[in-house]
Amino acid sequence: MRRFGPMFRKEFIQMRRDRLTLGIMVGIPIIQLLLFGFAIQTDVRHIPTVVLDESRTPSSRDIVAAFQNTGNFRIVSHVDGRDALDAWIARGDAQAGIVIPQDFPRDLARGTTATIQVIVDASDPLSSQAALAAAAGVAQVRNLAILSAAAHRGALPLETRVRPRYNPGLRSPNYIVPGLVGVILTITLVLVTAMAIVRERERGTLEQLIVTPITKTELMLGKIAPYVGVGLVQMTTVLLLGRFVFDVPLTGNVALLYGVAFVFIVASLALGLFVSTLVRTQQQAMQASFFFVLPNILLSGFMFPRQAMPVFFQWIGALLPLTHFLKVLRGILLKGVGVAELWQEMLILLLFATVLIALSVRRFRKTLD
Amino acid sequence: MTDSAVTVETRHLTRRFGPIVAVRDLNLTIAPGEVFGLLGPNGSGKTTTIRMLCGLLEPSEGTAIVAGVDVRESPDLIKERIGYMSQRFGLYEDLTVAENMDFFAGIYGLEGPSRRGRIAEVVSFLGLNRRLNQLAGTLSGGWKQRLGLACALMHRPPVLFLDEPTAGVDPAARRGFWSTIATLAAQGTTVIVTTHYMDEAGRCHRVGLMSQGHLIALGTPDEVAQQVGGKSLEDAFIILQERDEQEQDA
Repeated sequence: MRRFGPMFRKEFIQMRRDRLTLGIMVGIPIIQLLLFGFAIQTDVRHIPTVVLDESRTPSSRDIVAAFQNTGNFRIVSHVDGRDALDAWIARGDAQAGIVIPQDFPRDLARGTTATIQVIVDASDPLSSQAALAAAAGVAQVRNLAILSAAAHRGALPLETRVRPRYNPGLRSPNYIVPGLVGVILTITLVLVTAMAIVRERERGTLEQLIVTPITKTELMLGKIAPYVGVGLVQMTTVLLLGRFVFDVPLTGNVALLYGVAFVFIVASLALGLFVSTLVRTQQQAMQASFFFVLPNILLSGFMFPRQAMPVFFQWIGALLPLTHFLKVLRGILLKGVGVAELWQEMLILLLFATVLIALSVRRFRKTLD
Repeated sequence: MTDSAVTVETRHLTRRFGPIVAVRDLNLTIAPGEVFGLLGPNGSGKTTTIRMLCGLLEPSEGTAIVAGVDVRESPDLIKERIGYMSQRFGLYEDLTVAENMDFFAGIYGLEGPSRRGRIAEVVSFLGLNRRLNQLAGTLSGGWKQRLGLACALMHRPPVLFLDEPTAGVDPAARRGFWSTIATLAAQGTTVIVTTHYMDEAGRCHRVGLMSQGHLIALGTPDEVAQQVGGKSLEDAFIILQERDEQEQDA
């Protein structure tokens, strides 16, 4: 391994001199974090809603206010007829409509079932689900109040007390930011090393390099080593911004997190190297990397829960290093757990890194055919 | 180990790329300190031959012994004993002259004072002193070629392979380059060089003419010229090559 040093030094100088790439590698985490952190909210609130109140009584206004008070509905307009309400939803200016029939106060007073109709634009499942749940909640609360008054009971017979652990405020950034550390590392590091060997091939420097006694392992490790540092800088940037801009807690052992991140970074770089041995040109390397990015975002559990996926896709997800690193990230940062709970994920990441480096070394040929 | 009076020996060396035979049954012996020129038009198999001798391409048939090592058996060991310059500039344009030399010295296993000492030696041998901090990409053709040679010489290889080293280099720099080669050969380095230029071929101790993957003439420049009646090497080259092509067509 004595030729690792010169190889590392050379890669480091070249990396430092390539200001554009370096700038992009530091810029991407900042931009991504701000975009994801500010823009993406999984708890849908303030759904634009139109109201068709056919009874126009205090009790109907009362129930509309109850809807608005959930925070999930934002009343944008009151309309006079069914056609107008449909038109609002069809145009997309409203995603929900509340219809209170003329009989509503009468039924309520009589003690028969009074109905309110809630129409939801389900072409967007995420916001329609939020609307459905909130609407059901409004009725539930009202029912309980009316029933307990009728039964002359001060207390409810039953209540579930849900305590959201680890993210009591149910804040999206707490979920998104730790995941983003892993996603950013995957995207940038795989791409940058996927280019590494093909770039030397295209520039004609690979031929000069492979006619020297350098071993394949020295070459591969020397190539990825400087980028381990870049990966750690990226991670630190995201964590600090997450902490101070988005107030994401850093609950657990941060030193342990860096240790696991080191292994994950090596695994990602090794994956890039592997891509590099499969392709002939930088353009192919770029395409192959992008091809790889999508399953990482969709199947790793970064945005969509893996439990909801068919088993087949859960398996594919399990083949991605990111899936396991996300568990470690969220485990350490949000839950504050350690090796006892996460050793399996850590072992798997170590296995990924080792196998991918071995595969790349095996595939790489020190010949020109 | 083979005969110490021979540094390169090929036996029935053959290389195919699919149905195309790039090098066919090549038999050559080259002595230490010899400057051997491989001549021939594009596609005649010169570069393929050199790449096989450097362990960059595996022979399809036959073998070659370079500096005592069989290219088929240990292509990696060969790389410690040879220097190689490809026709395309193969150094890092985004590194300076000094950084390139430092890198290759390190890759060839030189460390500490011996690395610094050897770099200083090569720098003064090739007159690179005033270019040390210049980025390699900004050098002219002649200087790039000297830097390429400097990096290939770091580990004092007994055999040096130069694949069209003077392509794109101005005449004055070419002349300087060839006197450097003569110095190296006088010190005992075996030099195998491919070229298009007949004046350069004339400076080789021996030349081999290649056409369509095989050797059509071998000997000193004078001997090769004699084969077609004492004309110039250039005439011999053209006549022999046409003759070969006619034979192939027939």
